Amino acid sequence: MARTTDASSANASPEGALPAILRDAALYALVAFGLCVPIVSYRTESGPGSDLVLVPRWGLVAALCAAIFVARLLQRLVLLRRDARRALTPAPDQATEAVHGEPDAGQRVSKVGLWAFLGIALTLPLVATAATGGLSSARYWIDLGILILTYVMLGWGLNIVVGLAGLLDLGYVAFYAVGAYSYALLSTTFGLSFWVCLPLAGLFAGLWGMILGFPVLRLRGDYLAIVTLAFGEIIRLVLINWGDVTGGAAGISSIPRATFFGIPFTAGEDGFAARLGIPFDSMHRVVFLYYLILVLALVTNGVTMRLRRLPIGRAWEALREDEIACRSLGIDTTATKLTAFALGAAFGGFAGSFFAVRQGFISPESFNFLESAIILAIVVLGGMGSQLGVAIAAVAMVGGPELLRNLGFLKAVFGEGFDPSEYRLLLFGLAMVTMMVWRPRGLISVRVPSVALGRRRAISGAHVSEGHG
Amino acid sequence: MSVAGINVLVEETRALQAGEKPPQAGTKAPLLAVRGVSTYYGSVAALKGVDLDVAEGEIVTLIGANGAGKSTLMMTIFGAPQARSGSITYDGADITRRPTHEIARLGLAQSPEGRRVFPRMTVHENLQMGASLHGGRHFAEDLDKVCVLFPRVKERLHQRAGTMSGGEQQMLAIARALMSRPRLLLLDEPSLGLAPLVVKGIFDAIRRLNREDGMTIFLVEQNAYHALKLAHRGYVLVNGRVTMSGSGRQLLDDPAVKAAYLEGGHAAPAGA
Repeated sequence: MARTTDASSANASPEGALPAILRDAALYALVAFGLCVPIVSYRTESGPGSDLVLVPRWGLVAALCAAIFVARLLQRLVLLRRDARRALTPAPDQATEAVHGEPDAGQRVSKVGLWAFLGIALTLPLVATAATGGLSSARYWIDLGILILTYVMLGWGLNIVVGLAGLLDLGYVAFYAVGAYSYALLSTTFGLSFWVCLPLAGLFAGLWGMILGFPVLRLRGDYLAIVTLAFGEIIRLVLINWGDVTGGAAGISSIPRATFFGIPFTAGEDGFAARLGIPFDSMHRVVFLYYLILVLALVTNGVTMRLRRLPIGRAWEALREDEIACRSLGIDTTATKLTAFALGAAFGGFAGSFFAVRQGFISPESFNFLESAIILAIVVLGGMGSQLGVAIAAVAMVGGPELLRNLGFLKAVFGEGFDPSEYRLLLFGLAMVTMMVWRPRGLISVRVPSVALGRRRAISGAHVSEGHG
Repeated sequence: MSVAGINVLVEETRALQAGEKPPQAGTKAPLLAVRGVSTYYGSVAALKGVDLDVAEGEIVTLIGANGAGKSTLMMTIFGAPQARSGSITYDGADITRRPTHEIARLGLAQSPEGRRVFPRMTVHENLQMGASLHGGRHFAEDLDKVCVLFPRVKERLHQRAGTMSGGEQQMLAIARALMSRPRLLLLDEPSLGLAPLVVKGIFDAIRRLNREDGMTIFLVEQNAYHALKLAHRGYVLVNGRVTMSGSGRQLLDDPAVKAAYLEGGHAAPAGA
């Protein structure tokens, strides 16, 4: 309906279209009001004694409706201009344009963006220190960087399974958990160091990937998604209930900290700072962890990019395209699927053991379904198969909620009880809806052929329907 | 019939006459032997005891109406679905119960029904997938070969396969199958949904493959007239049973075949 009014207003003069636009915006506000009445207008609070009292929030309802009215009005006014409309609506010829059609702006970003992104990632601790005036005060930013990079790595790991092999995995967090518990248990029980446990954690997670892979080999699409979802929950429930080994819901604490290849980050004689002859600072460990996860993430990326050029990577892509054709070309689809599962899981395991060494404490709480959903959202939002897109999406999905913390001033609008960081899921929804409208194939949906005789030419995302890098 | 259509016919007849004699089947063990094969979808029998031979160097065609079981036989040879009874031997080895990818490694290649190219990969990458059995050892050499056979494929090398026309996709599907250097090429309805001129081009390429490279070809076709003109021998499949077999010429002239498959669209002029 909105589409037709757009088309008719294109011919009319802007002045003539104004009443229609106002009516349209009012209609939107009315719908918002209808939604707000049952959801927002009253809130139950515990009053004096044990009874609940209803607190009316009509001011908030009015504010929301007004916001929606203004937003719709602005949207329509912007869309009145022909060039703006063209820039903002996806071109209908996307599906039919020539193959070597010019990549659009979002795709061109990926060229410059790659180096910019890497540069920022490499220099973040230095920049943060310089900007905040000290290593300790930069801790917040470096910690945030570590968090984002962990999700970047998880996204890249899941990308192998979902983006390349086209196997929808909703329980990826299970492998993250396997990696984390592998390190936690091996180090607390046998005293193994992080550097021994890291490969072991990846190995265990990869093994679990294959264990999951076997029963689901025959499944695809929705059915596969449900089984993997169940697998994620099973792992979490086992972790909670197998108290003797995993510590149950209480988790495992006092996990040994990471060392600089055997040199601990302590203030003592043989500590990292003393050996280097610099004054001790607890931030050394944090900066080290930052670069550790950066290296791990880059290794994940490097391996994925390399594999894409190898027969196995090509087989993954072909498998996603057409399983029957694959088999008739002599590709062992069983082995191909299992390697995708195992490799994706192994990277999840590496990330998990990093998570454990960084936190020093893990519990099943950290590995719930929401984590899987976030990681999958990062992959989908980034444009399945696109490495840079996943990184950008990780920044948006993990860094975005952090921004919400700084929106305390909104309390003035929505009242004292308003906590912006509770609106994390709203950000999710908003990002997803925005993406579906403007970039249905993900932020960066270019596919550069992995092998080309002449010039490598990127192709428009319109040809990259699901999962392509 | 239009002038162009007649020209096509004349040219094909000439090509057939110029061709060498079909190799004699039956003198040695056939490359592919299908014996009493029955295939079921659940409890429904799609094939009911099919016998069929393909000798080295032959073009053998299997014609039949929609739903006769042509594609099922093709897929059964490739092990998906597997035959419930009977046996399939390729080059002396029983392949009835082998998984599909192992059968492909024995030297059989197929261009499946509906082409099934990898739409989002480039033509070049599709061909690489076809060559993956050999790890790309003679990729460049084979690429040149298929590019000579199908110049259109060469033109489109860096285009995404899904954006090509149906005929080009069919050429790609055959080219992709050839990249594995098969001894036996199975083609499932290469003329499906293609314009007559394109069909002619593809059938010409199939003929050249057989003449020049001695490729053994098993062709499943609904387009009975073209298929029988091209093939040395043919089989007619009706409701999961082979009802007739013989040389392509014999079947073309057979009144029953004529009545069932050739009248109408491709009725051959009686004297042609």
